Amino acid sequence: MHDILTPPARELAMPKTATIAAEAAADVILDVAAASCRFDVSAPTLSRLFSHEPRRILRAVDNVSFSVRRGSTFSIVGESGCGKSTLARMVVGLQRPSAGSLDFRDGRRADGSFGPPRVQMIFQDPYASLNPRWRVGDIIAEPIRELKLRPDAASTRQRVGDLLETVGLSRTDASRYPHAFSGGQRQRISIARALATEADFLVCDEPTSALDVSVQAQILNLMVRLQKELGLTYLFISHNLSVVRHMSDDLAIMYLGRFVETGPAEAIFNAPRHPYTRLLLDTIPDVERPDRERRPMSGEVPSPISPPPGCSFNPRCTLAADRCRVERPELRPLDDVAVSCHLA
Amino acid sequence: MTASAAPLLSVRDLRIVFDGRRGPLTALDGVSFDIQPGEILGMVGESGAGKSLTGTAVIGLLDPPGRIAGGEIRLEGQRIDNLPAEKMRRLRGRRIGAIFQDPLTSLHPLLTVGDQLVETITTHLPVGRAEARGRALDLLREVGIPAAETRIDHYPHQFSGGMRQRVVIALALCAEPTLIIADEPTTALDVSIQAQITTLLKRLCREHGTSIMLVTHDMGVIAETADRVAVMYAGRIVEIGPVEDVVRRPRHPYTAGLMASIPSVHARHAHLNQIDGAMPRLGAIPPGCAFNPRCGRAEAFCRDHRPGLAPAAHAAACHFPLQELADA
Repeated sequence: MHDILTPPARELAMPKTATIAAEAAADVILDVAAASCRFDVSAPTLSRLFSHEPRRILRAVDNVSFSVRRGSTFSIVGESGCGKSTLARMVVGLQRPSAGSLDFRDGRRADGSFGPPRVQMIFQDPYASLNPRWRVGDIIAEPIRELKLRPDAASTRQRVGDLLETVGLSRTDASRYPHAFSGGQRQRISIARALATEADFLVCDEPTSALDVSVQAQILNLMVRLQKELGLTYLFISHNLSVVRHMSDDLAIMYLGRFVETGPAEAIFNAPRHPYTRLLLDTIPDVERPDRERRPMSGEVPSPISPPPGCSFNPRCTLAADRCRVERPELRPLDDVAVSCHLA
Repeated sequence: MTASAAPLLSVRDLRIVFDGRRGPLTALDGVSFDIQPGEILGMVGESGAGKSLTGTAVIGLLDPPGRIAGGEIRLEGQRIDNLPAEKMRRLRGRRIGAIFQDPLTSLHPLLTVGDQLVETITTHLPVGRAEARGRALDLLREVGIPAAETRIDHYPHQFSGGMRQRVVIALALCAEPTLIIADEPTTALDVSIQAQITTLLKRLCREHGTSIMLVTHDMGVIAETADRVAVMYAGRIVEIGPVEDVVRRPRHPYTAGLMASIPSVHARHAHLNQIDGAMPRLGAIPPGCAFNPRCGRAEAFCRDHRPGLAPAAHAAACHFPLQELADA
């Protein structure tokens, strides 16, 4: 039935930089080694001394390692407070890791030059991430002017027009203000702004969670097309497993600041190993199988300030054994994936 | 499904108009539906489709410049859309409960949850404070709050999001209303908590015979929770029917497009079906079928004639509905 509804394909102008795409297959663009981010959330020093309280440390991201392949999509999934946004901020350099390292590798960039990738971020809320007092053309032109990527105003204007067409808007939209656009169109503007820097690594923090489903489909399709045409690499942060399945090559499930399972997306979705992954897949509301027997997950995410000893998932895990309450499992390889569970 | 003799809630030709500087804007145009006792009716649609507005009108919380310009709302046969404010205030909470999206803004931050429950109970029921407190405790236990005896004296900020939403549900249940309007009750929650709340709503509906009008944009939540679903687009119901039928055999091209644009967790597709364009603004709803500019099946007839919604169990407001053959 769906083919009847397929809308008339609106073919969009392809930018000239296209098709250096995914030929460079397996090489690594980002290497994260044992990165941690800790926040000191103690009470002020004096009151802490008076009441003999110890320092309180929130481990937002705790000893996380992964690498992202050039031209692929690596997704990080988790519930609120699991540290996925902190990780994203670390990757774009808005947050300094307390320990460990994040390394961008040199490579051929989208515009043909050689060096570390140019990193940009796409934010969740398209209503808050665009300056309401600037015209769309100026919003997109700012990075071009700032980085002096075009020699003069005319070629900047030309580039802005090209970018607008690339993301499915019209050249004349440059003279309008953000309020004139819907949520989906604003997210297109955010993408155009990110691409204006000739970026080849986009960190997308919940890029579609503020959008309606039909508009979400438009944006996801646009992102997939841009990735093919421009050879972009995505670090995709989301809590929506269906969206993640649609977008990802590799993925990591995060719980209380740590990866509990990571590997190729297909392998994880086809055979989830960690009980948390299984429960997540079990509990998402599903249009296709609404009547299946569900085990709603009991309990809630514990506070990252005082995580439970042993495996941090043990209080909610139906399989938890004595060992899980004492000894913290490390990520260990299992077939294609890596799982941190004593019982997997 | 049979058109049962006495629906709990009956909405007929509801029209809501916002009077603006540039003339009136019709936000809701000829919306009709029934909710049977003990039934969960899902209202689904994209932002701005009018689903929350419908709920707001039913509980009588429509703020100016919005006003009901036509149609009627009946609760157990009695008209409630034209009640004076004072009568409506007493009915609200007593016979119609409400659950909103953000549990933190629905609760008073300076009162303990016990105080809020007791106040609500004593407002609506002829009981003293001590008895009301007992009932409050029972309610907290019923919605699944652990250690209710101590939690009753805690403030909203001491609860997590999921627990807060349970408190809000307990508040809505205080006076044993026959109808609960739940407006995006799970949207602000994590998936694992979402499932707990929908399971709770279903259980309450079963055990108390309460009807629920569940307003959400999440087709998955509807598919798992509701008995029937009404799909809204640009202030109109475009399709209504048993949830199974609407999800599996959608008849309106908009519903079908909406279903197709949801990515699947079970398989990966190269391309998602998308509906191009966006829902029209209130001031610019096209004549004829409101969906015609985005519809792949639209013909000249659709641009001039507005399709009606037949009073059938599964009906679509479309001149050329899908799967007519399958139904014949």
